Parts: sequence; structure tokens; C-alpha cells
Amino acid sequence: MADLRTNFLGIKSPNPFWLASAPPTDREVNVVRAFKAGWGGVVWKTLGEDPHIVNVSGPRYGAIHGPDRRLIGLNNIELITDRPLEINLQEIKKVKREWPDRAMVVSLMVPCEETNWAAILKRVEETECDGVELNFGCPHGMSERGMGSAVGQVPEYIEMVARWCKQHTRMPVIVKLTPNITDIRFPARAAKKGGADAVSLINTISSIMSVDLDAMAPWPHVDGKGTHGGYCGPAVKPIALNMVAEIARDQETQGLPISAIGGITTWKDAAEFIAMGAGTVQVCTAAMTYGFKIVEEMITGLSQFMDEKGYNSIEDFRGMAMPKVTDWQYLNLNYVVKAKIDQDLCISCGRCHQVCEDTSHQAITNLVDGKRRFEVKDEECVGCNLCAVVCPVTDCITMVPQTSGTDPRTGFEYGRPYANWTTHPNNPAAKIAAE
Amino acid sequence: MTGSVRAEGIVEGRLGKDEYDANFSDIHPLLSRHEAFVESDRCYFCHDAPCQKACPTSIDIPLFIRQIANSNEIGAAETILNANILGGMCARVCPTETLCEEACVREHSEGKPVKIGLLQRHATDALLDAGKQPFRRAEPTGKKVAVIGGGPAGLACAHKLAEFGHSVTIFEAKHVLGGLNEFGIAAYKSTENFAQREVDFVLSIGGIETKTVQSLGVDFEIGQLRREYDAVFVGTGLSAVNKLGLSGEDDLTGVIDAVDYISKLRQSKDLSKLPVGRNVVVIGGGMTAIDIAVQSKKLGAEHVTVVYRRGQDQMKASAYEQHLAQMSGVALLTWARPSELIGDKGKLTAVRFAETAENAGQLVDAGGTFTLPADMVFTAIGQLFVADGVGGAQPLALSGGRIVVDQERKTSVSGVWAGGDCVAGGQDLTVSAVEDGKQAAFSIHRALSV
Repeated sequence: MADLRTNFLGIKSPNPFWLASAPPTDREVNVVRAFKAGWGGVVWKTLGEDPHIVNVSGPRYGAIHGPDRRLIGLNNIELITDRPLEINLQEIKKVKREWPDRAMVVSLMVPCEETNWAAILKRVEETECDGVELNFGCPHGMSERGMGSAVGQVPEYIEMVARWCKQHTRMPVIVKLTPNITDIRFPARAAKKGGADAVSLINTISSIMSVDLDAMAPWPHVDGKGTHGGYCGPAVKPIALNMVAEIARDQETQGLPISAIGGITTWKDAAEFIAMGAGTVQVCTAAMTYGFKIVEEMITGLSQFMDEKGYNSIEDFRGMAMPKVTDWQYLNLNYVVKAKIDQDLCISCGRCHQVCEDTSHQAITNLVDGKRRFEVKDEECVGCNLCAVVCPVTDCITMVPQTSGTDPRTGFEYGRPYANWTTHPNNPAAKIAAE
Repeated sequence: MTGSVRAEGIVEGRLGKDEYDANFSDIHPLLSRHEAFVESDRCYFCHDAPCQKACPTSIDIPLFIRQIANSNEIGAAETILNANILGGMCARVCPTETLCEEACVREHSEGKPVKIGLLQRHATDALLDAGKQPFRRAEPTGKKVAVIGGGPAGLACAHKLAEFGHSVTIFEAKHVLGGLNEFGIAAYKSTENFAQREVDFVLSIGGIETKTVQSLGVDFEIGQLRREYDAVFVGTGLSAVNKLGLSGEDDLTGVIDAVDYISKLRQSKDLSKLPVGRNVVVIGGGMTAIDIAVQSKKLGAEHVTVVYRRGQDQMKASAYEQHLAQMSGVALLTWARPSELIGDKGKLTAVRFAETAENAGQLVDAGGTFTLPADMVFTAIGQLFVADGVGGAQPLALSGGRIVVDQERKTSVSGVWAGGDCVAGGQDLTVSAVEDGKQAAFSIHRALSV
């Protein structure tokens, strides 16, 4: 069986699956249950200064569901811990002592003053936890008070606070980033400049889940009024994956350890983030949807995958996909695929034809010799993949790379050597002009 | 006195009240709102959808399912009713397994079609429960159309004509409208007086006058209506039944026409007062045979056997109906024809059968015989069109005993259209009768708009 152990900034855990700083890690009872279930570590729900904050007693969560109420996206307006600091610290210390092999990272959020950060770091250190995560991510509530994403949206603040923290503690410092920015590389670079040991991302995305069309108010609402919350869950995974990739391949932040967060629900999601360079993954929504037991699927699935591929440790495949992420301008313009429909698998729903006809390149038939039949017209197919993504049958439509012969659409030979936009004759800024 | 399933002879009250209620409750498990969401998500929203093509009334099935999926049941119902004004009844009685659901691409891919019939019912029930008439009459045109027969074909024709603004008069031989919806189909498919609720819904568009207990050939002739109205639609259905042609058929107690009995059953206010035999034999292989067999069983008959002269796969009753019968405890016996009705003191006691076989496509006796004890035998071997009143100076052309119509449902006589079971070449389905009525209405409207 593959070795799932991770060592992230010297923080050891038996597997890469950590619970993110959130309601599941709010208190001893939850965290102990999580460790019993097999989670490799937790980031304790964000601590703040006393007097502790209060939460609304109206709804805190909203969701987007599929037709069978499968939860696709979750949104919350819960704030940081609403318990006294001392109680949290006592519990953290107790749990860490009882579960020494698990990662115990503590999330923190205090006002942007050096003394405030110095003070709380000193107290947290006494818990003998493994590290701290600076919550510069929460987009709701706390951001109105100049904390959370209000800090994460200003690279200078990130750098400043990270630097204070590194000066005031010997513990590893992870900076948790907000996705509510225009370019994730800037806050990541700032964290690195400030001396942070790692970044974790993404925190939640500012969101209003829906509008209650009877009440004519945002849903969910508190006594008739709503506010934006933080969006997470399976729906945000692609956004998180891109941001992780951007940081992993940025020249200035390359090599900066990343703890990935964002819609991780299955072993496969986790493996994808690790392949993109993440050292550990953090999970919240999946646990809040199904409970802690899901980690068993994650552990066994990842282990099975690694055994099949011959990866002995997480490090064996970590970051392997990252170098394959590039800019559009470097994509091979001479690479040609054509859709192919497996007529044995085709159930003749005709959606491929309908969408290609209405919204793409009119490259799929609906009738052949007067009979209902869906075939790709190579002379029209641009290889866009739309038909394959809308097809309800797995593997019925595949995109087949073309290697020999002539493309009936363009008249060009297949298999021409790699060439990209930077040298294309249509590119006014091409480095090499067309002959 | 309350009988039991083992009581000899034809007796009433074989069951307790709760059993009657349970046996004749709605056969369809209704979809809850959540189930409807989940089921509607299974629809692929196919291009040029095969289900829609398989529907005789061409209901835009993918659209109405998508409307259900997005909480618009009323809009879904309007989509359905726009193509098929009796979409509520069709959701209950259509053999969907040989129509839309057979064509569903999921039937081909996984053997589990989208439950189109149940979804249609979900939507149409919502609209009828809401008491809405989504269609509005156009300005009155001053044209008058006579519709003969208030069954599915006549109702569909009348509604569409009324929508166009024409004034419609329905002539109905019975005391209420509905035709087979009211008198024919199995009670457990149309519960809680649904047929009449639907009739009321159809008529609520306005512009439709009804004249009941008016029989073609008895109270009026087509020629007369042609003079008084701008157009005539004939949708009389089939009002006679085929006979066994066996001695004793007309005088032995216990030999009963299934159509007639089902009609009594449908009109019965108290099923415990409806007598049924202990040993019931049904002759036939169509929907009526299955309907009477299952209902006899549900009325408390101990043994019910359907005997059909050919094989099970040649029965006109769908596989679903056959399965339903077998699940209800009805025995299906094939390759046998009744050869003798055996009686004692004027009462049927048994039926003798000759075994049959197929020889070069011809049905022949195979030589053997057997006898089934029977205190009741139901004949369900097909119905006949009664051509009374369609003759006269300009008779309607008939083929195989039924009225000949063209694509537009025009008969051979100008100004006269026809549809439903009374026309030649039909499918004898409620849904095709509705389509006939609808198409005839379009054609009549075109003719009257010139």
C-alpha cells in the first residue's frame, strides 16, 4: 500500500487530508471525531480576540442543489469562532497532546496591528500546535471590520502581517488567500516576500446564492435581509485549481508550499491538486455535506490510485501536472483533433447535433440516408469538444488526434510540427515574421 | 349477505368495503414533487425527440419535462394540453410502453425510460387541481359545427373548434359525455370521477353546447345535421360488440358482454352491489379482455382466466397490461377457442375449448379440447361500428365496417369529418382519437375560414 504520509513545512500527518478551518474544526468534540475517523490533520477554526464575536441566529448557510438535492455549492455567513479564546486554546492543547501524530494548525484573525498579532501568537504557541494559518480570506462579516479578505485583497497588508508573524513566532506560518481578487499571483508573491512559509487557497468566493422570488429578498435571509456570503463546495474546484496552478508555476512563487482548498470532495479531487503541486489538501464542504466518514473513501481511493500508478509516496507525483500548464499563446496550433462518435454506444439523443448546429460549427449530421444518425463531418469539425462534453454517454464521443492526411476543413496536412501563436503569421506581434 | 371469494355462482359483496376501496384505488403511484424533479432530470432533452414523434398527438415532451424540472407545472400542462386536450386522461390510460416510453433513448440505452406518463400526469393534475382553463376562445365566428359523440375524439374536436371561435353542439347518446373515458376504461385508471372532471375542464372554454341522450340514427340523421350546421364531425366510437356465435350465448345466465359490464362497473356507486362470478372466464386478447379480467379479480372472483385463441405475443393488450393481469392473479391461457357454452337449468356452468394452432398463417384446430368451469364468461372479442344514421341520400363510405377518412379526417361526404374508433385504420386508442378530433378541427376551421 502506498505511503500517504506528508511532511508539510515540517508538519507531519499520516495522510494529506486535513479539515479546513471552518465549522467542522470549531471545537474539541468535532476534531476528536475527525481524528477518530482518520483525518490527517485539522486547521482549527479561526481564533480571534476576546470578547468573541457573535453569529446570527438566522440561517448561516445557503446551497445550490442538483435535482436530487445533491449539494453542488455551499455558501456561509458564519464568522470566526464565537467562543472565548481561552477555551479554544485549552482544547487545542489537549487534542494535540492526545493526537500527536495528527497535524494541528491554528487559524488566526486579529486586527492589523503588530501588537495584536504578537499577543495572540504567543498564546497559541503555548498550545504546542504545529503551525498557524493567517486567515486573510473570509469575504463576509469580518472583512467589514478590516480583517479577513480586507487584508487579503491588499498585497502590502499581506506582506506586512506575514512579516510580523514570522518575527513573533517560531511556528510555521501559512497565509490563507482570498480568491476575491483579480490576479492571485500578487497576494501570493506578497506572502512570500513577507516570509510566509506557505500559502493555502482558496478561501470562499463572495456570493449571493439566489433570490427568494416570493419574499423578493436574497436567499437565505435573516429577518428579510441578506448579505453576501462565502461560496465553496464542488462548484468552486475549477477556480481553485487554476489559482493553485498560477501560484505553482509563477516564477516568483515557484516552490512555495501550497495547501490546496476548494471543492475537494473525493480522492480524485485531492490527487488533482497534488498533481498541480499542493503538499496537503484541506476539506470542508464535503465533510459538512456527508460527515467525517468520507475520508475513508479519500484515503483508500488515493492509495489505490498510487498503487496502480506505482507512486510510493505523495512526493512521487506531486506537481507532475504543473509543468503542463502553460499560456494560451504556447499551445500547438498545428495539433488537430476531430470528434468521433462511437455508433455502438450512441443512444441517438441527438444533443451533439443540436448544440453543434445551434451554437458551434454545424459539424454533426442528424440524418444519414434519411435515417436518424449522428456522424461528425470532418470538413466542418474544429475539434472543440462541445459535443463530447454534452454527450450523456461516457466515452461515446472522443476527440481523436489526426496524424496523417489532410484536414478537409483547412486543407492543411495533419502532423505539421509544433507552432504557436507567437510565430503565427496572423499575429501582428509575431517574433518571426512570415516569409 | 356478504359473500366470499368462494361463494358459488354470481353474487355481490364478495369483499369487504376496505378491500373494494383498496382494489379500485388509483393504480399509478403518483410522483411527489421531489420525485418529479429527479425523474425530469433524467430527460436528455433530445434533438427531434423520438418520444414526441412516437406520441400520436405530438406532445412536446422534452419541453414539458424541462418545465416540470423548473417548477413550472402549469406551463408544462399547457404544453401538453395544447397538443392533447385530454392529456390528463392519456397520462392515465396511454400504453406509454409502446409509445413515448418505448421511443425514449433511455429505454434503448438502459431499459429504463423516463417516466413520461407519470410526469405528464404530475403536470396535468396540477393544472386541473388549480382549476385553470389555459385556452381562450377567439372572437365568435358565427359558424356552427355539430359534433356527434362526446368521447375523446368529439371532445378534442369540440375544444379546438371552440378555441377558434366556432359554436359547437355535441350530440351524445348517453346521459353524460366522456365516451370510453367515462364508460370504458378500467376503474383503477380513472379514479375520483376524473373523466367527468376532465369533461368539465374541456367544456369550460365556452362555446360548446351539449345535447345528451341523442342517438345518431334514432334521434337524428347526418343529412339533417349537414343542413343545420356548417360542418359535422362524427366521433361515435364503436357501439356494438362481436359475438361468439355459440349456442346459448343469448339465453344462458352468465354470458356477458365485457364492454357492457365495464360500463355498469364504471357507473356503479357501490361496487359491493355488483355481482361477479366465482369462476370467471374471459374470451379475448385485447385491452378490454385484460380490463374485465383484472376488474373481475378485484371484485372478488376467485378464479379468473383469460383465454385467447393465439399466442401471448399476438395479444393486442400490451405487455404491461398482460403483466398487470398476471400480477393481479389472472391466468392467461393461449391457443384455445371457445367451442361450447355448457349450462345447467339456464345457468352457465362451464366453457369447452378447442385447442388451436397456426398453420401457414391460418388458425386451425389442433385437435384437443378441454373444459373450464365457469359461472361467468365475458366476451371481449372486438367492437363494431354501428352505421345507423350515416347512410341516407349521401352515405359515408365505409371500409371494413368503419368510416373512411383522408389525412385531414374528411369523409367521402363534403362537410362531414370523422375520427376516433369509428374510422377505418385507427389504433383504437384514446390518444389517437384525440389526434383525430384535433386534426379534424384544424381541417374544419380551414374549410370554414375560406
